[in-house]
Amino acid sequence: MRIAVFTKYVPDAAEERTFTADKTVDRDTDGLLSELDEYPLEEALTFAEAHGKDAEVIAITVGPKQAVAAVKKSLQIGAKRGVHVLDDRIAGSCVLSTSRVLAAVVEKLHAEAPLDLVLTGLASTDGVTSAVPVQVAERLGWPAATVASSVEVADGKVRIRRDGDTSSQFIEAELPAVVSVTDQINEPRYPSFRGIMAAKRKPLDTWTLDDLGVSGDEVGQAAASTVVQSITERPPRTAGEIVHDEGDGGRRLAEYLAAQKLV
Amino acid sequence: MSEVLVLVDHADGTVRKPTFELLTLARRAGTPVAVFVGATEAASNAAATLAEYGAETVLVADDPVYQNVLVTPAAELLAHLVGSRQPAAVLLPSSFDGKEIAARAAAKTGSGVITDAIDVDADLTATQQVFAAAYTVTSKVAKGTPFITVKPNSVAAEPAPATGAVEAIDFTPSGTGARVVSVEEKPASGRPELTEAATVVTGGRGTGGDFGPVEALADALGGAVGASRAAVDAGWYPHAHQVGQTGKTVSPQLYIAAGVSGAVQHRAGMQTSKTIVAVNKDEDAPIFELADFGVVGDIFDVLPQATEEVKKRKA
Ligand SMILES: Cc1cc2nc3c(=O)[nH]c(=O)nc-3n(C[C@H](O)[C@H](O)[C@H](O)COP(=O)(O)OP(=O)(O)OC[C@H]3O[C@@H](n4cnc5c(N)ncnc54)[C@H](O)[C@@H]3O)c2cc1C
Ligand SMILES: Nc1ncnc2c1ncn2[C@@H]1O[C@H](COP(=O)(O)O)[C@@H](O)[C@H]1O
Repeated sequence: MRIAVFTKYVPDAAEERTFTADKTVDRDTDGLLSELDEYPLEEALTFAEAHGKDAEVIAITVGPKQAVAAVKKSLQIGAKRGVHVLDDRIAGSCVLSTSRVLAAVVEKLHAEAPLDLVLTGLASTDGVTSAVPVQVAERLGWPAATVASSVEVADGKVRIRRDGDTSSQFIEAELPAVVSVTDQINEPRYPSFRGIMAAKRKPLDTWTLDDLGVSGDEVGQAAASTVVQSITERPPRTAGEIVHDEGDGGRRLAEYLAAQKLV
Repeated sequence: MSEVLVLVDHADGTVRKPTFELLTLARRAGTPVAVFVGATEAASNAAATLAEYGAETVLVADDPVYQNVLVTPAAELLAHLVGSRQPAAVLLPSSFDGKEIAARAAAKTGSGVITDAIDVDADLTATQQVFAAAYTVTSKVAKGTPFITVKPNSVAAEPAPATGAVEAIDFTPSGTGARVVSVEEKPASGRPELTEAATVVTGGRGTGGDFGPVEALADALGGAVGASRAAVDAGWYPHAHQVGQTGKTVSPQLYIAAGVSGAVQHRAGMQTSKTIVAVNKDEDAPIFELADFGVVGDIFDVLPQATEEVKKRKA
């Protein structure tokens, strides 16, 4: 069992998130492994544990210098190997280019030794497009089973449950496949002290575009397929009326709704 | 004028409201052409309502492969139509399916994709809200054909009668991809759909697991019921009702948060609601920073009284 997990480095949602002068996300702030990418990592580790010593979980991050923190955290949590794609030319890339780079990483790893699965988060907590996983699958020519709230692997196939609003679908795909998972799928573990110590000795590759055979013309802000025109900070909502319930809170709420013509 | 393709969101031919919103946006930038994936019979029923909202043409793709294979066939179809009709843009609903179809078709055609837009201009500039709606960003697709997914309730759907001529599409998808083995329908709640509802009443950890008062107020107001992630994680309400970053984004006329603290991930899904009302017993709860009207109090006192009062006023 050989699994690649996409682990993005994102700005911390609990801090102020901003943009740089060239209208891209400011990544020079406090960042972390995207919380939604802890779920595919957990799922991968659970599979690996069930498959014994030969199983390998590889965490992959595409991002600037500080993004290596996401790979390191993944190694601490339990991944066996990390890959950080670091190349200044990638800065400001659109989803289409990001998927190009990630697909090239998967191809390189798959050529070393066949991968069974690529596990990803449902969405990055900054980009939130949910586009990267299917675009990577499209480029690889692999099937994509997405929005999984449970994943099983058997007989060379992956089977997932995909919960929608009005129905749940049960999806099946041949391996190797790309699978994106929701935050309903498991309870991600924390790094243990032993894990943190062990991570220091784990292999962490730093690859450039040249290592991946991707041309600089295919990535970066100049090649972006979408261009930001303007960014405006949303004005804070004006403070409303707050009342304390003194036995009439419900009535006052209803009166407010009536005054606003909402009833 | 060039065409703007709109992927129709429907259940057995009953067209969902977000499609009318997409047609309304499509009219600004070109001639709306609806792409209906489903049975030909259902399409002819849907064509009348699609025409009412401006669809000049209704293209029909009728093949079981669209039901049996996840996302890929619809993406192949749109990539084919982009090649054969050269539309100015393709608009899709911002559901998981919509976003994935757009992303795949965009990769196939070397196009840019913009997801979760809340507005699209005549020149195809798309508006999005990012970082839990703290910023409004406008952007444009610079490569290929713009694929734009639009959130429900972003614009008011406006009727504009058009021809609605039904035309079969001559295209067969490859049939490769992840297969749909079976489907389990969920029981209907009888309440409006969360993302489409004009009123949403959400319960959080403060309900302690008792959603009765939340549901009663929602029903009195004819609204949908939402839940915070804490409530969903506790198993008190189904995940399909979760509002927030990893749940649904809602933008109703009225949002009532009951026993919800207002964490940034929750705000991401409701911050753009027109009117926000909060009921929380902690006066320092961050949700009050967003509230147009807030009651500091116990939801088990405030909600039932409000429900009675709303019923009285409606009677
Ligand atoms: C990656 C990630 C994604 C997330 N996505 C989401 C998401 O999509 N949606 C989401 O909601 N959260 C999400 N969260 C979780 C979020 O951070 C909060 O933990 C969650 O929103 C808290 O839910 P809550 O407000 O119901 O609970 P709490 O924060 O515990 O607040 C409960 C509130 O109820 C009040 N209360 C208690 N009893 C009563 C009573 N009887 N009457 C009145 N008030 C009472 C308390 O004062 C308190 O303010 C996400 C977190 C992460 C890390
Ligand atoms: N730069 C990146 N590095 C590693 N993984 C990524 C990157 N961007 C996106 N992903 C993966 O793709 C998923 C969906 O991201 P997105 O399409 O941006 O919403 C994330 O949860 C990650 O697993």
